[in-house]
Amino acid sequence: MENQLILAIETSCDETAAAVIKNGNEIISNVVASQIESHKRFGGVVPEIASRHHVEQITIVIEEALLQAKITPSDLTAVAVTEGPGLVGALLIGINAAKAFAFANSLPLIGVHHIAGHIYANELMQPMVFPLLALVVSGGHTELVIMKEHGSFEVIGETRDDAAGEAYDKVARVLGLPYPGGPHIDRLAHEATTAVDFPRIWLEEDSYDFSFSGLKSAVINYKHNVDQRGGEISAEEVAKGFQDSVVEVITGKAIRAAREYDVKQVVAAGGVSANKGLRTALTAAFDKEGIPFYVPPLALCTDNAAMIGAAASKMYDSGVRGNLAMNGTPGMVLTNWCE
Amino acid sequence: MIWLGIDTANAPLSVAVVKDEVVVAELTQNNKVTHSIGAMPTIEEALIRAKLSVKEIDAIAVSAGPGSYTGVRIGVTIAKTLAWSLQKPIIPVSSLQALTYNVPYFNGVICAMIDARRQHVYSGAYQGEQVIIEDGHYAVIDLLPKLRDLHVPILFVGRDVTMYWDIIEEIVGPHALRAPFTMDLPRASEVIRLAMAQPTEAAVHDVTPIYKRIAEAEANWLKEQKANGK
Repeated sequence: MENQLILAIETSCDETAAAVIKNGNEIISNVVASQIESHKRFGGVVPEIASRHHVEQITIVIEEALLQAKITPSDLTAVAVTEGPGLVGALLIGINAAKAFAFANSLPLIGVHHIAGHIYANELMQPMVFPLLALVVSGGHTELVIMKEHGSFEVIGETRDDAAGEAYDKVARVLGLPYPGGPHIDRLAHEATTAVDFPRIWLEEDSYDFSFSGLKSAVINYKHNVDQRGGEISAEEVAKGFQDSVVEVITGKAIRAAREYDVKQVVAAGGVSANKGLRTALTAAFDKEGIPFYVPPLALCTDNAAMIGAAASKMYDSGVRGNLAMNGTPGMVLTNWCE
Repeated sequence: MIWLGIDTANAPLSVAVVKDEVVVAELTQNNKVTHSIGAMPTIEEALIRAKLSVKEIDAIAVSAGPGSYTGVRIGVTIAKTLAWSLQKPIIPVSSLQALTYNVPYFNGVICAMIDARRQHVYSGAYQGEQVIIEDGHYAVIDLLPKLRDLHVPILFVGRDVTMYWDIIEEIVGPHALRAPFTMDLPRASEVIRLAMAQPTEAAVHDVTPIYKRIAEAEANWLKEQKANGK
């Protein structure tokens, strides 16, 4: 069989990325132009600035992905791009570049859901085994997804307010830590021996949903109270208290879901799955359960195009095709592409 | 020599194919279809009607702004990706000057106007090839006296002129002339003609939209830096 080569493009937030994926599981090239340095001064991603950077970088990044892969467009099987969810102005750059590239080279076009991409980052490391539980934790998402086969997604739980990564960034701001705050909180938490006691938000007993805004408020109130008493908080102990709460709830719900759905594999996905505290807790917990648990390496946890290519490969095999009228879908729903 | 021209700088969409100085196909619409959906299928359609394949394009002209941020980004992204994929030259032009190209043989000053909301416009004024007022983001109330003080007939062109016509007449007076409505929409064939008149080929990776305004967040940030004495 001839090799399947997919050029994938991802511009849903603040990374301009392109990759070439072979046969759905092999990374031939994976290029990411991060804008993080530009957004740092604003304390978060500014959509208009992100879009401006994308349009400056897009052809450079695609060219670099092809150069590193040592291939020409005529070697490609298809072009894939993140269709949503994400920042609409940012998505549009990748989508219009992908459409123009596909048109110029007479290639099929595939629109990929960003979260499907994050989950499929795991396929680049080891084959996915079903039924599978995917834990998606990032700056924009906190979801538990059950997959019975390739292209089948059932979201059994999601956040009702802030995403986990969003809560990390907000708490980091309260503690005066630079953006993005997640890695700083993770680091400080590991430096603490004792933790401030913050609530665990479990919601209803049988729910797989998450809520982090109450926890965030608890941190803010705690700091406020200590400030009012003229005291000084220990950033380390607050970080540990916050992280312990997040990790305990996520791990607890993931374990319960894995048992209920009798899954054969658990995978983590999204930027927050790079968090050391969360990674360690999940690894230990699923080790005890005897269920294989995998987290992709950092570069595949954060936004990248390789993961989009991995998902697109299976979509291509299932006959999924987009067209030149593809639009950015900021609120895109994760739907099945299998029959 | 086959040119593809694209203008998505504002609400209207225009795509043209010009072959050896003949307009073979031109599709222009002003129907609020978002460019992200409409632009690529229209490019495909224009080439089909011109009976040409995308690989036969020799050069690409694009209206690079100023205008709607998202609009210019879509046009520029498509144009530069096509140009890079086809290994063909790309020539970005001013969306405002392209509008003035709609009105040839007028000896006075032509002022193109695109609404930028909050009583501001993107505007530029030209007399032939000569720039009278540089493309920029202007408060209507600041721009019009400058035009009045030229003391020559000024022809206003662009679909957004209508919403400012009362104040234009009031400030500029009898020198203010209104172009017929058929000349108000950007036409990609004029984008091509303008590109042909200034064949300064740009390095494809360096082509970026002409915004004429820094992003709001950046403006606020700069203000803050200044206030903090940095």
